[in-house]
Amino acid sequence: MKADRAGTKRDGRWLGLYVLAYLVFLYLPVLLIPLFSFNDSIQAAFPLQGFTLQWYATLYGNPALSGALLNSLVIGAIAASGATLCGITVSYMDLYGRSPLAATISAIARLPILIPGVIVGISLLILINLIGLGPSRVAIVLGHILVALPTTVVVMRSRFAAIPRTVREAALDLGASDWTTFRRIMLPLSLPAVLSAFMLAFLISFDEFIVVFFLAGTEPTLPLYIWSQLRFPRSLPTVMALGTVILAASFIIAGTAEILRHRGLGAARRNPA
Amino acid sequence: MSALVAAQAPEARSSSGFRLAMLLPGALVTFLLILFALGLVLFLAFRGNDGSLLGVGLTVENFVTVATDPLYWTVTLRSLVIAGLVTLATVATAYPVAYYLAFHAGPRRGLLLFLVTLPFWTSYLLRVFAWKIVLAYNGVLNSALIESGIWSEPTLAFLNTPAAVVVTLAHAYAPFAILPIYVALDTIPKSLLEAASDLGARPFTAFRRVVLPNSMPGVLAAALVVFVPTVGDYVTPAMVGGPASTMIGTLIQSQFGKANDWPFGAALSVCVMLVILVVVLVARGADRRFGSRA
Repeated sequence: MKADRAGTKRDGRWLGLYVLAYLVFLYLPVLLIPLFSFNDSIQAAFPLQGFTLQWYATLYGNPALSGALLNSLVIGAIAASGATLCGITVSYMDLYGRSPLAATISAIARLPILIPGVIVGISLLILINLIGLGPSRVAIVLGHILVALPTTVVVMRSRFAAIPRTVREAALDLGASDWTTFRRIMLPLSLPAVLSAFMLAFLISFDEFIVVFFLAGTEPTLPLYIWSQLRFPRSLPTVMALGTVILAASFIIAGTAEILRHRGLGAARRNPA
Repeated sequence: MSALVAAQAPEARSSSGFRLAMLLPGALVTFLLILFALGLVLFLAFRGNDGSLLGVGLTVENFVTVATDPLYWTVTLRSLVIAGLVTLATVATAYPVAYYLAFHAGPRRGLLLFLVTLPFWTSYLLRVFAWKIVLAYNGVLNSALIESGIWSEPTLAFLNTPAAVVVTLAHAYAPFAILPIYVALDTIPKSLLEAASDLGARPFTAFRRVVLPNSMPGVLAAALVVFVPTVGDYVTPAMVGGPASTMIGTLIQSQFGKANDWPFGAALSVCVMLVILVVVLVARGADRRFGSRA
């Protein structure tokens, strides 16, 4: 038994080294973007040519870039609101609605995981042309609600499921209507998850490229702007500076969302009322 | 008034207005944006191309073309091989990480889980772009190899190859694979492991006979969430793959762009969905087999 445990410990150490190497593989290519964004050369190559902030300076006063950024922010906020609303209602009805329709909707809402982005993109392209909308910002919002939906449903569903059933039953027994129970009890108890779902949906929309490629009209989002710049070797350093800013923002938003999700859950378990 | 209503049975009073309001957003999105839109793709796949939005006539010609033109067989096969290799690579490399997280991470578990899932929330386009600057002719890898004296000349051999597509996709979708496997491993009752060890199983035997079969649902889920987006990818082949790496997603994208044959693009999409359906069914079957053994 003792030998066994020592063996497990040694295995753990080797595995720990492997995990470290894996993390390096995961992060190294991505961290090259910030590294070369400060490099005083148009090419991303070693040796480094010295420190510069000039590529960040080129980000200022670029109307195409700021237009794309504004588009991405507005679309991200609206799409995230829509996806979060759908995530809340779909998962709530799935858990408490007691109807086959609610369960079906919840199952279909998670279906986009099993559809490649290119097919989501073209199916929506056909749809928006059929209803006369055409490629536009509204079309992008619809596409991003769809892409973010599985995430918001999963986040909200696990959160609602973690609230003890007795809380909801107590509210109903004390005479609260369905609507009051939802609005005054269940929603406040899951507020951290709502914020988390919103932030993650915003990130998905903000970074999404595969679907938006088919749905954008004349106003590109930030990833589409980056894609259009990749054709020009001269603009690579600018793309890397922009990419660094986006990566930093994504890390901060994803980190906050993660903290919110866990903190809220602990509080609900400790103090269910 | 509300007190009077409340006196009645709670579930009977469940207002239909509330139910309607709560079901409406999800119903709109799922039925209109998912089911109806996919139905349109299916419909369009059986139409002829006359340049109009929904095509003309009723025909299986698109599918005949897909089935008889060797180009589509080649590209489909290539997509399957690339997606298969990517899936194999991501799942095989992710498994030990998930295993460590479930059984060895201790107090570091929360932080490590966060670190392996963080790249999931960063731009896919930027992750692919990072590999372009790594693999380029005058890029990071070539210049590092020359700088360190391993290579004397930069080589073109990295970029614009199917291998570049496999490496890039495996890196881009790596975070997808860890979480499902971790969840499966973490939910294995610890008593099962203790029982195996008490009954004299060596660690490796316990792993092979207890841990691995019990984690198979997670492995299959991980394989699915990596396989589906990679088999239809068109961005990575365009960025780092070159002409020899055209995938089925590339062909679909061009039918809705340059080639401008929407019905044919829809037919290709239907074929991809059929392939995915087969893969899902196989995974389901495998899941049931392993599930019964566990």
